[in-house]
Amino acid sequence: MNAAPSLPGPENITRVVLPNGIILLTRSNFNSPSVTLSGYINAGSLFDSDEKLGLADFTASALMRGAAKRSFEQIYDALESVGATLGFSAGTHTTGFSGHALVEDLPLLFALASEALRAPTFPADEVERLRAQLLTGLAIRAQDTGDMASMTFDKIIFAGHPYSRPDDGYPETVKAIRRDDLAEFRSKTFGPQGMTIAVVGAVEAGFVVDQVSHVLGDWQNPEQSSAPELPPVKPLKKRSRKNVTLPGKSQSDIMVGAVGPTRRSPDFMPVSLGNSVLGQFGMMGRIGDVVREQSGLAYYAYSSLSAGSGPGSWEVSAGVNPANVEKAIDLILRELSNFVEKGVSEEELRDSQDNFVGRLPLSLESNAGVANALLNVERYGLGLDYYLRYENLVRAVTPQQVLEAARKYLDLQKLAIATAGPKKVSG
Amino acid sequence: MTDFTEVTLKNGLKVLLKEIHTAPLISHWVWYRVGSKDEPTGKTGISHWVEHMQFKGTPQFPASVLDKAIAREGGQWNAFTFLDWTTYYETMPADKIDLALRLEADRMVNSVFDVEEVESERTVIISEREGSENEPLSLLGEAIQQAAFRVHPYHHEVIGDKADLRSMTRDDLYNHYRSYYAPNNAVLTIAGDFETGKMLARIRELFEPIPASPPPPRLSRPEPEPSGEIRLTVEGPEDTAYLQVAYRAPAASHPDFHALAVLDSLLSGPSNLNMFGGGGVSNKTSRLYHALIDAELAVSVHGGSSATIDPFLYTFTITAHPEKTPEAALAALDAEIQRIQDEPPSAADVARAIKQARAMFAFGAENITNQAFWLAYAEMFADYSWFTSYLEKLAAVTPADVQRVAQTWFRAKNRVVGIYLPVAGGGDQ
Repeated sequence: MNAAPSLPGPENITRVVLPNGIILLTRSNFNSPSVTLSGYINAGSLFDSDEKLGLADFTASALMRGAAKRSFEQIYDALESVGATLGFSAGTHTTGFSGHALVEDLPLLFALASEALRAPTFPADEVERLRAQLLTGLAIRAQDTGDMASMTFDKIIFAGHPYSRPDDGYPETVKAIRRDDLAEFRSKTFGPQGMTIAVVGAVEAGFVVDQVSHVLGDWQNPEQSSAPELPPVKPLKKRSRKNVTLPGKSQSDIMVGAVGPTRRSPDFMPVSLGNSVLGQFGMMGRIGDVVREQSGLAYYAYSSLSAGSGPGSWEVSAGVNPANVEKAIDLILRELSNFVEKGVSEEELRDSQDNFVGRLPLSLESNAGVANALLNVERYGLGLDYYLRYENLVRAVTPQQVLEAARKYLDLQKLAIATAGPKKVSG
Repeated sequence: MTDFTEVTLKNGLKVLLKEIHTAPLISHWVWYRVGSKDEPTGKTGISHWVEHMQFKGTPQFPASVLDKAIAREGGQWNAFTFLDWTTYYETMPADKIDLALRLEADRMVNSVFDVEEVESERTVIISEREGSENEPLSLLGEAIQQAAFRVHPYHHEVIGDKADLRSMTRDDLYNHYRSYYAPNNAVLTIAGDFETGKMLARIRELFEPIPASPPPPRLSRPEPEPSGEIRLTVEGPEDTAYLQVAYRAPAASHPDFHALAVLDSLLSGPSNLNMFGGGGVSNKTSRLYHALIDAELAVSVHGGSSATIDPFLYTFTITAHPEKTPEAALAALDAEIQRIQDEPPSAADVARAIKQARAMFAFGAENITNQAFWLAYAEMFADYSWFTSYLEKLAAVTPADVQRVAQTWFRAKNRVVGIYLPVAGGGDQ
């Protein structure tokens, strides 16, 4: 009766490395006539100078604005006519791409992705249109309490480190970028080395390998450079607080937290489960319980963990009435203090472990969910059997490990506190 | 697509079940025919607040137990309040779905509405409202809605006005709950990995003992025909200007709805029909993208309407170019509307809109939650055949239909034009 697919694993993932270095991961799913394509190359804002910060982001946004064989209009006409999508965006370490289509249109996605990566023309008029759009995005960001609290938070915890910089730059740095910079960025950083592609949907792996070999198999770039080494993060010496004043706003955003583990760190799983107890499980964990349920201070109050190639961040976020900022920060600090003092109970940990294991089928339901899982497995070297081992990895974590991890990352005396809202704040 | 079971229980609860055996998941939804359209002045926001209170527990499932029970099983749950309806869902691993059924049967009638919980939720909802007030487009959208509906309760936002959020009492909320939360005012849908016979027996066991209520009233205050274009301005912080143009649009059951969907695709790109999963399609080859973005009058344009019981709005939302005025974008929008009113689109343009919709249906089918959503969503304003016949009805739309609906619905007399004007240094401090 139940035709449920098993978890992704070596039995049902095809992993192929093309001669030029491209890594290709495929998993078939014939339940729906659609397919998802997703992947990345190792070109992100780490390559950007301070003066031209936002270059990686600008380049990624411009890739589909015209290519050797097709104009901007032709590229999007091909995509939109068949209801398909394809898009590129840059982060700190990578430029990622993702798209989906009816399976009959998968060859089109491959062709367009290849043209965008290998032969974009960056037409001058399109670059200027795009610049106006990016600058408008930055102007909107500058008035968004959540974005400003988050940027300020990163500036505190990653002071002096490339992670302190917003990937999309600042108005003055985006204005400083010239059309030729985009072309140069692409030719120096884009290439098959380290490129990873995941394809999930109603298609056989053999077809995918043939198609990708056809459009990208002959791609070489001797100029492709590796990303600069990441310097170590300098720990804060004391608690640090900064505020951004945005007059006229109705709500303030708060972020309180610190640097977190990398995705590959052995601390990742204990921290991840601890974070769930702290501010995720049920109605936003303990933080949600205290700040929302008991005090009625906020619609959203939760904790989150972001962990990638380098040091991540672990923070509590909340949106509150400007009059309640101090009260909310006090409550959050009290919860954090309790968390690092006493850790989590056996029962709380078991609840979150059950949640992590139980939600797996839902997170892997869609083709995009599986593609994302495959890319994470590859990027962080988790192993193709990761999802088969996952339950054991989750269940192996003890309350003691969570407590130790909490104390390691959340030093109450060295937390960062960032706020953005209508009120000026001293401190 | 059409293979489903529909049953009405003795107490009037309508049940729709659809087996989908692609993943070991089940999505379960209970919908009530109550929304912000049922709220008189003084009680705005009450349906949404009741929805929040439904998470505050019953004697059998106290609040903290509820959240944890669902989360422990790896389930996902939430609720939404809209103009016309309120809905609750749980998507769970298939072997855990019984918890969701028991929970929904229980809170259909047994929620406590504790006074202290009501008070703490009052400030949570005011905080939710203040979060929206931070967004220029929320402020502009609210002003437009108020201007577009003088009589009809679509006048106010689902979240409600602060005056009412401050003054409503526990008894107001409880009475609203008891009036509208009844099996004969609800639709239950389940999609996923189950056997229909067994599932139906379990539903009968849990839901059929709940007695029917007197049919709840639905507020009916039809909006008179608009008598002319309305223009308004909202001022506030920000560096960016926005333009919204909202036309009175047909109800979802109106025969013009499908031709309007094709018109939407042509003008501003196809609107995504999927509530969960399955992304939309970009709009870079749409007519308005050419007229506004390529022409450097704006940096983004979107359009769309909602499927509603009564006529609501089709709204264009445009972010002005930093060096241009919203008025310049409005002139270009008007020229494009004039063009489609004067000249029907090509058959190829119409065919393209249909292929786009077909692709989005396929993407949406990957997601069990989305499938269960659609089983009942369409019931709120028509019936499930509205959804299953959607592509067929789109395919029947002709170029002349598209031209005609543009002439009928996109008349200046029929619209509110709103401009969000950034004020240097912000608004009130």
